[in-house]
Amino acid sequence: MSEPVSALMGRVAAGAVTVRDEGLAGMITLRGDLATAKLRTACKHATGLALPAPGKITGNAAKGLAWMSPDELLVLVPHAGAGAVADQMAQTLAGTHHLAANVSDARALISVAGPHAREVLAKVSPVDMHPGSFAAGDFRRSRIGQVAGAFWIDADEVIRVICFRSQADYVFTLLAKSAEDGAVGFLG
Amino acid sequence: MLTLTCPYCGVAADETELQAGGEAHLKRFGPGASDDEFEGYLFVRENPKGVHFERWRHAYGCGKWFLAARCTVTLEVFGTYPAQSKEPPAHIRKAITAKRPGWTWREFA
Ligand SMILES: [Zn+2]
Repeated sequence: MSEPVSALMGRVAAGAVTVRDEGLAGMITLRGDLATAKLRTACKHATGLALPAPGKITGNAAKGLAWMSPDELLVLVPHAGAGAVADQMAQTLAGTHHLAANVSDARALISVAGPHAREVLAKVSPVDMHPGSFAAGDFRRSRIGQVAGAFWIDADEVIRVICFRSQADYVFTLLAKSAEDGAVGFLG
Repeated sequence: MLTLTCPYCGVAADETELQAGGEAHLKRFGPGASDDEFEGYLFVRENPKGVHFERWRHAYGCGKWFLAARCTVTLEVFGTYPAQSKEPPAHIRKAITAKRPGWTWREFA
């Protein structure tokens, strides 16, 4: 058997703000009617968490639920068990219109940590990164440079960025360059 | 820069997060329609200087289509609403009337 590896193979760009490959992460795309008890049960079994409100994330990268759209969640679980979790969710949701797909190997997870981490993202995405507009628990799907990406910020001001695996090198390089260029000084 | 609030996410989305989808409220004329009706559905579009209704997709966000009422002269946005709306909802029309009394657009006013 071949060993799964992350697209960025553990790359780190260290500096005042450090950009880091977070390695393999389990991700399941879950689509369906978010208002149904069955779907809530499936999410609870997978993560132990309650459903996030629109634009929010509950939990963290190891066990989390992120709101993607009115009929889509991203389920974050450890990489090794993601396939089994997706299968179990599909079983729980049997008989209802849904999709539970293990997309772990189609994605990359990158962290951005340091004093001006917010500005590193603000320079490359249209999201208002001001602490008053984007706080711990908020989750945004948006644009990062020229590609799609999603991110959230935790209570320690560490930003975690999700992008497509095939674009991981572009996103990492862009974030590392933005970090290297230093603070703008607007968001502190 | 145009900023439209996605009615599904509530996100104030910058133009670069969106995909333009042309005119809103097009009426599909199918089998049995006259040539003129079908031509109108396919090709005839409004090109107003002022109040306009458009389809937009929150392409880099939730991925959903929605409709927007805005002014093509000032880029002022009167409101956004779900793509399933067959006509501009009352609160949108009211918001336009407050700013542009006497406006008309196709059969709406
Ligand atoms: Zn949206």
